[in-house]
Amino acid sequence: MTQPQTVEQAVDLVPEAPPAPPRLQRFQWLNILRNAARLTRTRIGLGMVGLILVIALFGPLVAPHSPTEFVAAPNHGPTSDAIFGADALGRDVFSRFLHGGLTVLWMSGAATVLGVVLGTAIGLIAAYSRNWLDDVLMRGNDVVLAFPQIIFVLLAVAAIGPKLWLIVVTVGITHAPRVARVIRGAAQQIVVRDFIKAEEVAGERRSRIIMEGLLPNVTSPLLVELGLRMTFSIGLIAAISFLGFGLQPPAADWGLMINENRLSITVMPWGVLLPVLAIAVLTVGTNLVTDGIARAAIRLDRTNE
Amino acid sequence: MNATQTTQEASVEVIDLRIGLTHSDVDVVDQIDFRIRPGEVLGLVGESGSGKTTVGMALLGHVRSGGEVAGGIIRIDGRDLSSLGEGELRRLRGGVVSYIPQDPGTSLNPALRISTQLEEILEAHATDGAADQRKARVREALEEVALPSDDEFLSHYPHQLSGGQQQRVAIAMAFANRPHVIVCDEPTTGLDVTTQARVLETVRDLCRSHRVAALYVSHDLAVIAELADRVAVMYAGRIIESGTRDQLFAAPAHPYTRRLLRAVPDIAGKRSVVGIPGHAALPGSRPQGCYFHPRCQFAGEDSRTEFPPVADIGDGHQVRCFHVADALRSTPPEGAGQADRHKVGEEVVLAVRDLNAHYGESQILFDVGIDVHHNECVALVGESGSGKTTTARCVAGLHASWTGDIGLHGEPLAPSARQRSGDERREIQYVFQNPYASLNPRATIGQTIARRLKLFDRAGGGDIGARVGECLERVALSASAASRFPDQLSGGERQRVAIARALAAEPAVLVCDEVTSALDVSVQAAIIELLGELRTEMGLSLLFITHDLALIRTIADRVTVITEGRVVESGPCEQIFTSPGADYTRELLANTPSIEVALGQATAPSP
Repeated sequence: MTQPQTVEQAVDLVPEAPPAPPRLQRFQWLNILRNAARLTRTRIGLGMVGLILVIALFGPLVAPHSPTEFVAAPNHGPTSDAIFGADALGRDVFSRFLHGGLTVLWMSGAATVLGVVLGTAIGLIAAYSRNWLDDVLMRGNDVVLAFPQIIFVLLAVAAIGPKLWLIVVTVGITHAPRVARVIRGAAQQIVVRDFIKAEEVAGERRSRIIMEGLLPNVTSPLLVELGLRMTFSIGLIAAISFLGFGLQPPAADWGLMINENRLSITVMPWGVLLPVLAIAVLTVGTNLVTDGIARAAIRLDRTNE
Repeated sequence: MNATQTTQEASVEVIDLRIGLTHSDVDVVDQIDFRIRPGEVLGLVGESGSGKTTVGMALLGHVRSGGEVAGGIIRIDGRDLSSLGEGELRRLRGGVVSYIPQDPGTSLNPALRISTQLEEILEAHATDGAADQRKARVREALEEVALPSDDEFLSHYPHQLSGGQQQRVAIAMAFANRPHVIVCDEPTTGLDVTTQARVLETVRDLCRSHRVAALYVSHDLAVIAELADRVAVMYAGRIIESGTRDQLFAAPAHPYTRRLLRAVPDIAGKRSVVGIPGHAALPGSRPQGCYFHPRCQFAGEDSRTEFPPVADIGDGHQVRCFHVADALRSTPPEGAGQADRHKVGEEVVLAVRDLNAHYGESQILFDVGIDVHHNECVALVGESGSGKTTTARCVAGLHASWTGDIGLHGEPLAPSARQRSGDERREIQYVFQNPYASLNPRATIGQTIARRLKLFDRAGGGDIGARVGECLERVALSASAASRFPDQLSGGERQRVAIARALAAEPAVLVCDEVTSALDVSVQAAIIELLGELRTEMGLSLLFITHDLALIRTIADRVTVITEGRVVESGPCEQIFTSPGADYTRELLANTPSIEVALGQATAPSP
């Protein structure tokens, strides 16, 4: 019985290890989303976003009229044919509302993805390089950050014209520095860890260190940024559309509808109220979801420490 | 332990203490019994997770959030802590019972001057109000811990002091109100041996001269051996053995204590260290019966069903084990693959000559030179800030701002790893100090090692999964560990993975930067055993960076001592220990705590 228990006998160290709670660790973002979905605020937010998505996607299919069809006298009150009345030109408010959501949604989504991808790339590269490149990238960011986003969009639209793709691109590009700052901050704490140094001494390719060493370790701020930028995109794109640089009349669009009907708001409030409510519900919804994600991410990061 | 007579005079009395997690039956510590008399130091030893800090904090009437005292009694000077209100507890802390924290760097308020911090603690427990009297007490408190007490020192902020000075300020704060009981939570863990020796001396003198009852919580058996009058060993939340220092170190009875002592390297003699296989059980997943039985070679049927009761094996030496007799009869196992079993080759694999390194303007290394032969283990020893890690980083190409020569197989190396050829990078592999930071938390163990195999083209033609398995088995992990993430492994296992990753490259030189300093002593011993075996098997050369002289004696062939960026001594391992040439080495040796030296001093005085 007094045999020395040396390393060979300890070969099965791992199976004896205290069983770790089963986790979907391979995909940290799935983990975060799953935990976030258990929070009430996330569920309320998802419900709100879901409602607007359904209206925007399926509205055009069930709308009683064409968005450009004249159904009643201008600013006519609700009738059985037009349940929310007619707008300033006599078109059905409800049909225009059902048709007008899709543009703001896809534009916001595209601008958000563009901004987050671009910003994450800049942030990770800046954090990893830690030299003149970091300075150049971040000072460049500061210049963009010095101006309100809408100024850049209006400048671009004034120079090139009211093109939807231009709005998406400028909103995305002006998101990028904001995302980059957050991601750089998160990645800076990862870059100094020894596992990155271990890859450095082994001569691992830099792109691989960034994609496999840094990116998966900044999942939490990345998801939060995604939600936050979506909220900002919706507000910004609706505002640009309100100013008349988005979809052009006679097309139906929520921002545009607010603009068209604002003068007759005292006579016929539905033309403004419906799109305003939809945009409000959408932004509050995305914000609640983001908040839920942030809370879930913080909790997960704490337990993983 | 001869209860009735000591009850009266004990400053601290803990009876059947149980601390559990709130709203559950799970206990963190249970059946804790001990007494400390005035002027006595009780050493509470255990590895991480054993519950020793929980017990220490309980003496201050504090339980970490999520836990609660579920039973038992703690009496301080005869007063039951559970009968005290929050206000009374607050007056007790810092007054009757005080605390010396592990890390003074975080326990002192960085925004307050030393004088303010000391005055605050006097003021909080003030019986005499006058401010100038307090100033005098502050000076007195600083003088007691051998710190200057002039106005200039008093006006310093914590960051202006060294780590040792900060710890002494913390000790001065703890002793300022003349406590009856003091709890020390590993107060020397972050300090260099020289500083540690002085701090220990201060604590010991103050406890003796003021008749303070001290609970000294530590994982470091050598420190406990130098300081404690009596010792209690904790394992998985219970005290499994207790007795006087001599009983415990000279005649340990519990199988765990015996194995633990076998795992401790000692500067007093050249011997191998042996780890303890298996894991300490965590609260909630502890086995039935004796908690140690799954790791114990003496365990019988009785150990599996029932936790052994306290048995007195003479003179208050208490053990909780059914098989003490068997344990005492056996000789502890020998370590494998260490000490003198290597054939050191002729070829100099790694040659460092006139190495001068800089961080910005300041020079860190001055003409450092080291030779590592084939299959040789060269230890580079120094205290914090000596430049030992910088040397290692220069060798590995992590720190590029140096001049001089670093040669591999006689060929000079470029300063940074990226400028070196793939083969040069492959042949020098680096194992980091902290296994909790050196593995990517988002990659499985298998992915990490597979990538390294591919990077260095060591995957061979066949199945990469099988190669990964081989790499893991080489470091005594099962191949199934490949699918795990780092946070599913213990510290020791992570360090094995880090070693496996380094060995996947089939290097000529392995640079080990304090690879065991973040680990428990039994795990450290297992890692040292492993390195010894791998060295024999693979013909590795090791550059072993450490601050721990005792550890070197078990593993190194040659030693280089470095301080303030300069090599002060270099030579065969035994020579450094038996006839050190430099004053600095002698000082280091004298200050390194040692169980054998401590016991020798205790029993040596001839009649």
